[in-house]
Amino acid sequence: MIFLTLGTQEPFDRLVRAVDDWCAVTGRGTDLFGQITERAGYRPKHFEWVASLPPALHRQRCSEAEFIVSHAGMGSIITAMTYGKPIVILPRRADLKEHRNDHQQATARRLGGRPGLLVAQTESDLPPLLDRLVAGEAASDASALSPFADQSLIDALTAFIHGGHR
Amino acid sequence: MNAQRRVLVVASGGGHWVQLCRLRPAWDGCQVTYVTTEPGYEAEVFADAAARGQPVPKFQVILDANRWQKLRLLRSLLQLLVIVFRSRPHIVISTGAAPGYFALRLGRLFGARTAWVDSIANAEELSLSGRKVGPHAHLWLTQWEDLAKPGGPHYRGAVL
Repeated sequence: MIFLTLGTQEPFDRLVRAVDDWCAVTGRGTDLFGQITERAGYRPKHFEWVASLPPALHRQRCSEAEFIVSHAGMGSIITAMTYGKPIVILPRRADLKEHRNDHQQATARRLGGRPGLLVAQTESDLPPLLDRLVAGEAASDASALSPFADQSLIDALTAFIHGGHR
Repeated sequence: MNAQRRVLVVASGGGHWVQLCRLRPAWDGCQVTYVTTEPGYEAEVFADAAARGQPVPKFQVILDANRWQKLRLLRSLLQLLVIVFRSRPHIVISTGAAPGYFALRLGRLFGARTAWVDSIANAEELSLSGRKVGPHAHLWLTQWEDLAKPGGPHYRGAVL
């Protein structure tokens, strides 16, 4: 199963439509499940979807997915990496009112190229990337991330918490 | 470790929360209160503490609000005021966004030491909350080395 998720934020019709169009062409819609937010304007015709998922079910979908399709949100990216799942991201654009600023473009620029993380700059980049993932191309790149942050960051916070009180 | 250390950790739902959870070992052994905007995270908080042999944490849910929802912001501020007043934290830590900003300002007002870890999503400029809260945080961190400055934010590593 392929899992399309937009996280808890705003709708992202451009991505949902692109995935739906890809399903129409490839017939992969029977093997795709989408979470497309409460205020989604575009209703997919070619795959099963829900508006939102409780966190436990969302994690379950991620853990069972073959790969994940999402916006360039850190929740989706980190969750995919934690489960060792390849993820293809389409960054939201502020000029299309998909987000309040263009930080997702920055996220995609700075994190793109990490193993198992594929970036679609535009919706037309998406179909070939989805085809590659279906062919299992990025699967070997994505390996499960450790569940915690850099040790140096954790140590800095531990020292801060116990500073002068150990 | 000092088990009496009371730590309040705050993040709104989604990416901010996922990043906060990756910092959990930092407050191992402490008396922790988690504050977020998504009630569905409760089970994972207790499951993680149990799995890693940590003291049973507290879990509090507040209203989600962004900077344009003034009335909701005010309500979440009041909810945080009650939580800070009751939990009397020694330390307040947040990864964002608006609720974390409030929590740090309130925590400091009540004598807590405060830490802000700016989201890794802010790769090329600091978040608005991060820029505003910096001068009020005892420890002000960015997750991108090239955004660090001598007076803060500092870089000590990232959640990834």
